[in-house]
Amino acid sequence: MNTFLQLTVNGLGKGAVFALLALGFVIIFKATEVVNFAHGSLVLFGGYLVVVTRDALGWVGASLAGIVSAGLLGLVVERLLLSRSRHADANSLALLTIGVDVIVTEEIVRRLGVTLPFLGGAWDAKPFQLGGITLFRTHLVALGVAAVLITAFWLAFKYSNWGVAMRAQAENREAAALMGIRSSRVTATAWLVAGLLAGVAVLFIATQDFSGAGLSRGTHSIALAAFPAAILGGLDSTAGAVVGGLVVGLVEALSAQYVSFDFSKSAVFLVMLVVLVVRPSGLFGTRERTRV
Amino acid sequence: MAKLVRGAAWLVLLVVLLALPLYLDAAWLKAGQYMMIGGVGAIGLTLVVGQAGQLSLAHAFFLLAGGTAYTVLSGPTGDDRVVGFGLDPGLSLLGAVVVSALLGLAFAPVAGRLRGIYLGVASLALVFLGLYFGQSAEELTGGTSTGRAPAPFSLFGFPFTNDGPQITLLGVPIQQAERTWYLFLLLTVLAFVIARGAVRGRVGRSWRAVRDNEAAAAVMGVSVLRAKAGAFAVSSAYGGLAGAMTVLWFDILKPDESEFGTYGINVSIAYLAMVIIGGLGSVPGALVGALIVNGLPQVLALYSADLGWFSGTGDGALTPILVSSFVYGAAIILVVLFEPGGLAAIGRRITQKRLRRQPGQPAEEP
Repeated sequence: MNTFLQLTVNGLGKGAVFALLALGFVIIFKATEVVNFAHGSLVLFGGYLVVVTRDALGWVGASLAGIVSAGLLGLVVERLLLSRSRHADANSLALLTIGVDVIVTEEIVRRLGVTLPFLGGAWDAKPFQLGGITLFRTHLVALGVAAVLITAFWLAFKYSNWGVAMRAQAENREAAALMGIRSSRVTATAWLVAGLLAGVAVLFIATQDFSGAGLSRGTHSIALAAFPAAILGGLDSTAGAVVGGLVVGLVEALSAQYVSFDFSKSAVFLVMLVVLVVRPSGLFGTRERTRV
Repeated sequence: MAKLVRGAAWLVLLVVLLALPLYLDAAWLKAGQYMMIGGVGAIGLTLVVGQAGQLSLAHAFFLLAGGTAYTVLSGPTGDDRVVGFGLDPGLSLLGAVVVSALLGLAFAPVAGRLRGIYLGVASLALVFLGLYFGQSAEELTGGTSTGRAPAPFSLFGFPFTNDGPQITLLGVPIQQAERTWYLFLLLTVLAFVIARGAVRGRVGRSWRAVRDNEAAAAVMGVSVLRAKAGAFAVSSAYGGLAGAMTVLWFDILKPDESEFGTYGINVSIAYLAMVIIGGLGSVPGALVGALIVNGLPQVLALYSADLGWFSGTGDGALTPILVSSFVYGAAIILVVLFEPGGLAAIGRRITQKRLRRQPGQPAEEP
């Protein structure tokens, strides 16, 4: 029972990080209908900036620099590439982000070489006992940070002007533009916010407690595991991203313990497949209707 | 007239490809074979993604499935560490194609329900299942640490190695490299001709109808589920064939230890890159895409040996694989930004200018 409790807390902690990443997919998808295959490279880029600036800025400064730069990279990708091809449909833009992902990822992996630095210095590998179970600080901090960020996002989404503009654009792009909403600004901030969230996530991913490995190609593939999280929640649902993230985290933690570590990676995808067969647009996603 | 010129061009290309083994040495032939593997796989992917409009990221899984099926079917029976059926290699190759097609069909109920990006990520699940399969089904795959050797290919008793009857053509001994070249060329040409036939025929029309509008296709009497399942099965069969060729090319079946490797996500993405660069849905385009994505690292590696490029090793070194990743990453971006039809559209524009298509003649597949 104790093991189960411990796994649940750790799974939720992991899930919180997946939720941050999945939320990034969802925000971009809602604003632009583009699926961002380059999300993993935003994660890597933020992490790499932490590594580079750590000596000069200290851990706090470097982490901030990493988060901001991941956001900026998202912004640059949107401004430089996506905004210039408005005639292209959302699916080909999704393919374009694959190109971005390949380039950024290969370059950062090349620069890292064989050094695989850990990032979460403030909380990494500091387990403590609580009522007979061992908890990892990384997972708890991740839960707390994600809760704060997701609540803040949700409030902004609901009440701020930005949130109203964003929701209007998600509802109907043309009508929103006619009502005077600057779609380019909404789109740009969506990418910026998604990048910032990716930058936060990497501080938890590249740790001993989360992945057992430092910043590497493996970090990128963990970011890919947020894909099933976003999909099984429903690509256009922010609540779905949070639920999906937690489900993925729990499934991974529990299956790694009770089945096998090798299996845990595919377990996530299996659960996603089952959900999709039952609900083709995810748990909370809007069903696509066809008009002839 | 236009048709005649085009036919003549294909004929010249074929003659050149048939003659190349007499002039190139084994290393270049090996590089060429790798491009042909990519060509076969990319043709399959372009059918399902471009023609039928079903985004698939599962291609790496079907490569692994086909490679494993070939190795198991043709493997020796007496080995107690791994399973083998001791079938004739030619038959095993056919078996690998069939097994992959059946796996593709098995995924069809899922593929039929999903659309667009949901299907893309769902198909990514197969790659992860393949990774797990490679790690755990050691009796079939040989395991991640050692892998297992495939039976050398032979057709009707004629070996595609240095053994058997010695043949000399124009003073060039036809050995393993040359024989494998001809085998792969035959497979690529077959793959090409069948795909073109499918695209131009009834099947291709039903795929495109489903791609353009499922509801409209259903109204017109196209069975949407069957068209989707068919496209997925055909594409998987091509992937399986490419996988069997991959195993023969490496001369080993070695499943990946992580999700990056011979059968990982990166390979699925590389195949998608071939298809995008070539122009979604275009069969000749897929071949050109394969030439770039699979060919570039091979050619760069061969040239660099002569020119002393990429001499650095270890941390931060620029390797041929890295350089070609940059090139095809950039190529994807440029294609989407400036020519969504890919290289096929560019090629079509050039030939149209040259030949002035007669009015009324149906356009080629989009």
